[in-house]
Amino acid sequence: MIHARGLVQTFSTGRGKEKTAVQAVDGVDLDVSEGEVVGFLGPNGAGKTTTLRMLTTLLRPTAGTATVAGYDVATQPVQVRRSIGYCSQVGSTFSGAYAGDEVVDHGMLYGMSRKDAVAKGQELFDRLQLDGLWRRMPKNMSGGQKRRLDIVMGLIHSPSLVFLDEPTTGLDPQARANLWEHIAGLRTDQGATVFLTTHYLDEADALADRIIIIDRGRIVASDTSDNLKAQVAGDLVDLEVSADEHVAVARDKLGSLAPDVTVEGRHVRGRVSRAGRAVPGLLRDLDASGVALDSIEVARPTLDDVFLTLTGRSLRDAEAATEGAGAGAGAPDGDGPPGDAPDQVVPTTTGATR
Amino acid sequence: MSTFLRETSIVFNRQLRMNLRNPAWVIIGMLQPVLYLLLFGPLLEPVIGQLGVNQYTWFVPGMLVQLGIFGAFFAGFSLIGEWREGVIEAERVTPASRSALLMGRLGRDLLQLLVQALILVGLGLVMGMEWNPGGILLGVVLTILLGGACAAASNAFALTVKSEDVMAPVINLVMMPVLLLSGILLPMSFGAAWLDTLADFMPIRHVVDAVRGAFFGDFDASTMGWGVGWTVLLFGLAVWWGTAVFRRENA
Repeated sequence: MIHARGLVQTFSTGRGKEKTAVQAVDGVDLDVSEGEVVGFLGPNGAGKTTTLRMLTTLLRPTAGTATVAGYDVATQPVQVRRSIGYCSQVGSTFSGAYAGDEVVDHGMLYGMSRKDAVAKGQELFDRLQLDGLWRRMPKNMSGGQKRRLDIVMGLIHSPSLVFLDEPTTGLDPQARANLWEHIAGLRTDQGATVFLTTHYLDEADALADRIIIIDRGRIVASDTSDNLKAQVAGDLVDLEVSADEHVAVARDKLGSLAPDVTVEGRHVRGRVSRAGRAVPGLLRDLDASGVALDSIEVARPTLDDVFLTLTGRSLRDAEAATEGAGAGAGAPDGDGPPGDAPDQVVPTTTGATR
Repeated sequence: MSTFLRETSIVFNRQLRMNLRNPAWVIIGMLQPVLYLLLFGPLLEPVIGQLGVNQYTWFVPGMLVQLGIFGAFFAGFSLIGEWREGVIEAERVTPASRSALLMGRLGRDLLQLLVQALILVGLGLVMGMEWNPGGILLGVVLTILLGGACAAASNAFALTVKSEDVMAPVINLVMMPVLLLSGILLPMSFGAAWLDTLADFMPIRHVVDAVRGAFFGDFDASTMGWGVGWTVLLFGLAVWWGTAVFRRENA
């Protein structure tokens, strides 16, 4: 469905002598099969949106080639546009227009008759729980409703491939969870291939069959979430001992299971292979040695751990570095509507026990 | 209907619907020409009387061109709002022709101008303007073409700078010499010779002269040639620029 080879996007920043070229995307290769849901994960400024804009014909690649739905993005942009749906991260409707009118006009620009666009639009409104909002203006909708309206706009012409750019940025947890259900339904109900960019680790984890990680314009990994996490050695075990004098014993006991143990205050941490089996014995050992624990936490590897393993820095640090540096490389000035504003990364912790 | 015309009409209808939903836009748009004529026209009576011609036949064409230029120059502001809300990008990812995305918006601006022109001319006739139907028709057509040029340029500029803070001072910068050197409000011949000569280099002056000549029923070949020539040239250049910007932004 998507095949890209050596995609490059270079922007110029600054003026005069201070003018410099920024390589926002630096030789990206991508392959997405029909029916896949692919999460394109990376920090702000990694090149996610720029890559997506090249694949959706909004930006001409500086170098490299890409075919989308069987058409070349550079030489057959109209055919590509007919085949894809696109939900921008900043929205797609005018805040002062009626939602239904916006959807119908959008469908008609794809060549649909008014009658067909109305019928399809109303069907999508029902499916995405927007029933009753046909004559409401987006400015009077909640954040979640607006994002679902954007998805309706992207689906109005029944595309076989849907691009979602940061679909849940800015939404509250409940609205995010609700939108996730609808995104998951794009494949099951519509049979669509979905390519979504996100910097939310849990979003990629929950929605995508396969995760492609991009950092500084380059693809650093592409695999299923489980396989990516398997690259990180072991589960994280975090022991919090009840007194300072127990730290040394706890470090030795954990050290017999984990190759690297770190101590921070009364917290002793290390990565343990198959922690579910090893921890009960560790607890018995500690108890026998008279070490009392205030808490113990076992966490499965997260995508942030994967990112750290692959790039040497955590996704959150990468986000912070991008924010500190101002605009990201993937968000060039004047390129598309505003909306590449940094957002917080939601960390994931699974399997916490005590 | 060809695909281009169909797409243009979709964009035009959408734009018109949004503007009609904003009563302030409709009322202010219609009041402008009325206020100019009622509040500024009487001031001109003693001045234009020196030329020995009907003051409203002289003044209405100038007002018409001013409305055509100045109203259209602000067209780009609404485009920036649409761009900020992601509407332009959403339209660009459809297979619709880039020219249709521009022409649909131009259509809305020109329809507004046409309605304003009809009100202005109608009111002018009521107040005593001479009735030269052929000349009035030509003058209105020239004005609408000039307004189209200004609206296309405004859209192109808006999509290039994407900032109202840049748009506003630039429009002021352009409007001031246009207003002063086009003979819209007062005849340039009243001023010093050097000012009259300087105004010859202002293209809009030739359009104003042609529209004014047409309203008087005076189709002097030279005046008409310069006026029509500049109008067509400006319209062609601005539409080319506008379409190029819509295409360039979209690859």
